[in-house]
Amino acid sequence: MTVKFTEDHEWVKVEGDTAIVGITKFAAEQLGDVVFVELPEVGASFDKGGDMAVVESVKAASDVYAPISGEILEANDALTDAPETVNSAPEGEGWFAKIKLSDSSELDSLMDEAAYKAFCDGQ
Amino acid sequence: MRYLPLTSEDRADMLSVIGAKNVDEFYTDVPETARLGGTIEGLPDHQSEFAVERHLTRLAAKNVTASDSAFFVGCGAYKHHVPASVDAVITRSEFLTTYTPYQPEIAQGTLQTLFEFQTQVAEITAMDVANASMYDGATACAEAAVMACRATRRKKVVMSGGLHPHYAETTKLLCEAQGIEAIILPAAIDGELALAEHVDDATACVIGQSPNVFGTVTDMTPVADAAHEKKALFVSVFTEAVSLGLVKPPGEMGADIAVGEGQSIGNSLNFGGPYVGLFAATQKLVRQMPGRLCGETVDADGKRGFVLTLSTREQHIRRDKATSNICTNSGLCALAFTTHMTLLGGKGLHDLAVLNHETACDLADALEAVPGVELLTPRFFNEFAIRTPKPAFDVLEALQDKGVIGGVRASRLYPHDDFDDVIICAATECTSLEDIALYASALKEILA
Amino acid sequence: MTMNSSGRPTAPVAASDIQSVETVSGSKGLSQFEPLIFETDRWGKTGVDLPKAKGKASRLGGVERSVRPELPGLSEPETIRHYMRLSQRNYAIDLGLFPLGSCTMKHNPRLNEKMARLPGFADIHPMQPQASVQGALELIDELATWLKTLTGMPAVAMSPKAGAHGELCGMLAIRAALQARGESETRKRVLVPASAHGTNPATAAQCGFIVDEIDANARGRVDMDDLRAKLKKSDDVAGIMLTNPNTCGLFETDIKEIADLIHAAGGYFYCDGANFNAIVGRVRPGDLGVDAMHINLHKTFSTPHGGGGPGSGPTVLSDALAPFAPVPFVIKDGNGFHLIEETEAEAKDSFGRMASFHGQMGMFVRALTYMLSHGADGLKQVAEDAVLNANYIQAKLKTIMTPAFDGYCMHEALFSDKFTAEGIETIDIAKALIDEGYHPMTMYFPLVVHGAMLIEPTETESKAELDRFCDSLASVARKAAQGDESLKGAPYLAPMKRLDETQAARKPVLKWTAPAPEQVAAE
Repeated sequence: MTVKFTEDHEWVKVEGDTAIVGITKFAAEQLGDVVFVELPEVGASFDKGGDMAVVESVKAASDVYAPISGEILEANDALTDAPETVNSAPEGEGWFAKIKLSDSSELDSLMDEAAYKAFCDGQ
Repeated sequence: MRYLPLTSEDRADMLSVIGAKNVDEFYTDVPETARLGGTIEGLPDHQSEFAVERHLTRLAAKNVTASDSAFFVGCGAYKHHVPASVDAVITRSEFLTTYTPYQPEIAQGTLQTLFEFQTQVAEITAMDVANASMYDGATACAEAAVMACRATRRKKVVMSGGLHPHYAETTKLLCEAQGIEAIILPAAIDGELALAEHVDDATACVIGQSPNVFGTVTDMTPVADAAHEKKALFVSVFTEAVSLGLVKPPGEMGADIAVGEGQSIGNSLNFGGPYVGLFAATQKLVRQMPGRLCGETVDADGKRGFVLTLSTREQHIRRDKATSNICTNSGLCALAFTTHMTLLGGKGLHDLAVLNHETACDLADALEAVPGVELLTPRFFNEFAIRTPKPAFDVLEALQDKGVIGGVRASRLYPHDDFDDVIICAATECTSLEDIALYASALKEILA
Repeated sequence: MTMNSSGRPTAPVAASDIQSVETVSGSKGLSQFEPLIFETDRWGKTGVDLPKAKGKASRLGGVERSVRPELPGLSEPETIRHYMRLSQRNYAIDLGLFPLGSCTMKHNPRLNEKMARLPGFADIHPMQPQASVQGALELIDELATWLKTLTGMPAVAMSPKAGAHGELCGMLAIRAALQARGESETRKRVLVPASAHGTNPATAAQCGFIVDEIDANARGRVDMDDLRAKLKKSDDVAGIMLTNPNTCGLFETDIKEIADLIHAAGGYFYCDGANFNAIVGRVRPGDLGVDAMHINLHKTFSTPHGGGGPGSGPTVLSDALAPFAPVPFVIKDGNGFHLIEETEAEAKDSFGRMASFHGQMGMFVRALTYMLSHGADGLKQVAEDAVLNANYIQAKLKTIMTPAFDGYCMHEALFSDKFTAEGIETIDIAKALIDEGYHPMTMYFPLVVHGAMLIEPTETESKAELDRFCDSLASVARKAAQGDESLKGAPYLAPMKRLDETQAARKPVLKWTAPAPEQVAAE
């Protein structure tokens, strides 16, 4: 299982041809208290970079882009009632969606953990 | 100048603190060609309070007020009685001269009244949630249409032939600006149910009105069912809020969005504005709603209080992705509405609605008895259309000479349809039996 | 002597200091506790007297409500008391300086209110015969003349109901003009500065345009290099939406060049007139190359804000856009004043209708009353005093706080949070001002300045009031610079402490619902 990161502060955990996607701890801290997550519909397909979800704090709304192309297999409906999970466990229970990878080569362009850490430090 | 506190000494002192010679120094960024030498030409100089008052009073005197005559004009604005306490509340400085409640610690007065307003609107429309108001009924209708398109991700809107033409035109304009197809069905006195035949898989919503612009009340449940079958939304419109005390409300007909004009409750006629748009929806759609929402919360001590909430829908945060561009709404008119509603309560609204309906029945009885007059509206609340054997324009003019403002000629709203002999008349609790008798006798003479 | 046995202490006596007094009623002295109307026991009651129903046969055809709306009704004394008690929890202009930047919270003259309530204006119906409302139509025409003269523009659309609605009017006129040129499908890009009010991009999007953000330069104005770069490819440009004076409280120095560049590119210049108060009577937007501009009557022309409306946003239009103005509008001929309500004949190019009826008449009466009171000379003085007051505040606070930009400002002074100590934020300063008895300034706007504090005093503040305000803000600012942690808990003296907006947004409670009936013990 590999974890990759995007410059838009999202993480991708790959298991076989399934990718679990969420926002990073760094992003969750920047947002502040998350109050709402608009999740993608199961069965919807996204190209890499497409508007997949929206995460909202009280004073900001941020688009979450599909980090890789594919079809939504499952959305984390638990976030609807407990959006605060994105703050408490952004890289665990606060995941957004599971995507069926349509092109695993896209993963090559994403950062590994060390590279992402360096990227955040540079921000 | 009575409104300007600074004296010339103040101004000189302040300039010296700033370190400027004169105010012209503040305007040096203005391009030279746009700098004016003195005051703008073609306008008078300032005037005393009594001179201004005289001018305005004389302009006002050139108008015939609704209270001056036997008055039967409706079509989206209604002459109702506004209790004296409503004006006492809305002229309170703390409500009148405050801003949008962005600092909730010092705006609980406004916020609590908005929370009460939202509750009242949700209750009378029988919907789950209501917002803190829109500009007016027509703009609320337009916002409902584009909201339905957002929620369904579809781009087609169908409006009934009984939807107030101003609402239909306002909605069509906003839709077409966004590339949404907007269809208005042919004008029809009793045609709301035809909407059911115009829903397809591309339709975002159908919009019907009850009572409609001709006064016809309709149980639009079949329209809602037809819409829902195609996964479209049903938008239910009203222009006479008092009707909600008696007539089947949007929520009881399966509406997903209810919009309407709230002027009838607590607000004067004001020649068309400011009014207050009411906007309510099902819980499921709350995050798609336009406009401000007030919500309950607690303060740092755990005390209950209210704040503006779900602001991420709005333009000041979402900018070009906002649900609407609306910012200022109709706060003070909403306060007038909620004050009047607080006096009425559910019982008072019901009783007021009954009184309106019975008065309109009296009017219908009297006018139907005039030879040649035909009542066109099959089921009505406090407004209906009649056909006269002479052109409506001439009839209304002749009525005015006899002290009766007899209604709206339908051709003013539908210049391209065959309504030249149709008058739309409304009665309210302000209509007296004498007014009705005068209307009937005057009409009889005119048509004789 | 005669003994008076009703003596009582008539001077305060020493009592032990206590931090707070708890009360049984929930009220605290003049601050009365007031529940929601739904929490009273007035269900089934009503506070209006109506004649008894006659029991006539219904002509509703059975289309009736199944349950009566469940709402309490309060008698007049209860109603008045409810709202008076609630009013005590609001700050208002009539109580003190209301320095919200870009909101122009000036005094609302009471003559305006009196005139708007004349039955000849308040009790006339928008659909009654035009012959019976000649005074109303004349008033609209007279106000239109004032607006056109003050802006130096040839036409004005009167029906927009608020500032953002006026923006919509202007952008729809631009869209219609592009349509007439056959370019509405190709020209989709609208340039908007990053500092713009949120309604600008929202409006552009509502009209189907795509927003392209332009940068600000180090002086807080439009970055002309960025503008030129964005206009290099110009055949897709519909126009620009620019606030002037801008949201940083600065006059756009290059405004004429901006207008020329946009026009040369084939686009139109929409000017957001929210800040017209700084230049009214002194500068005419028509002399700056503007094609459309809305005027917030509830800002510059003193109609009350009413806790968030109603507003009114008449929109002046250039010759290029005038033919596309919305219906209705008023014209005058030998027979008097007429409303043009249909998009035909003289309105054949009109883009259509934006709302019911003819605009915010109640606001028109107030605005015209204000204009007549001030006159051309008074309005010029309004702008100058507004700008003087803002510069005075900037001058008095510039050594304690951090002005966002160098030089004089227009009608509002903008500061960044640079002077604050680590951990103290703009919101803490704002909330501490509440304890000082002031409404806070606009905070965190414009977005281009970090922790922005935007202060607009308006011309209706006296020097003494400004001095008092500056002393208060200076004292709070000093505490902020020193990192005084007590600011984080402010306000302490308001009717409520800071409210939990996170909870409100996570679990929205948007209306009152009856508490669940108490569990009755099973028999």
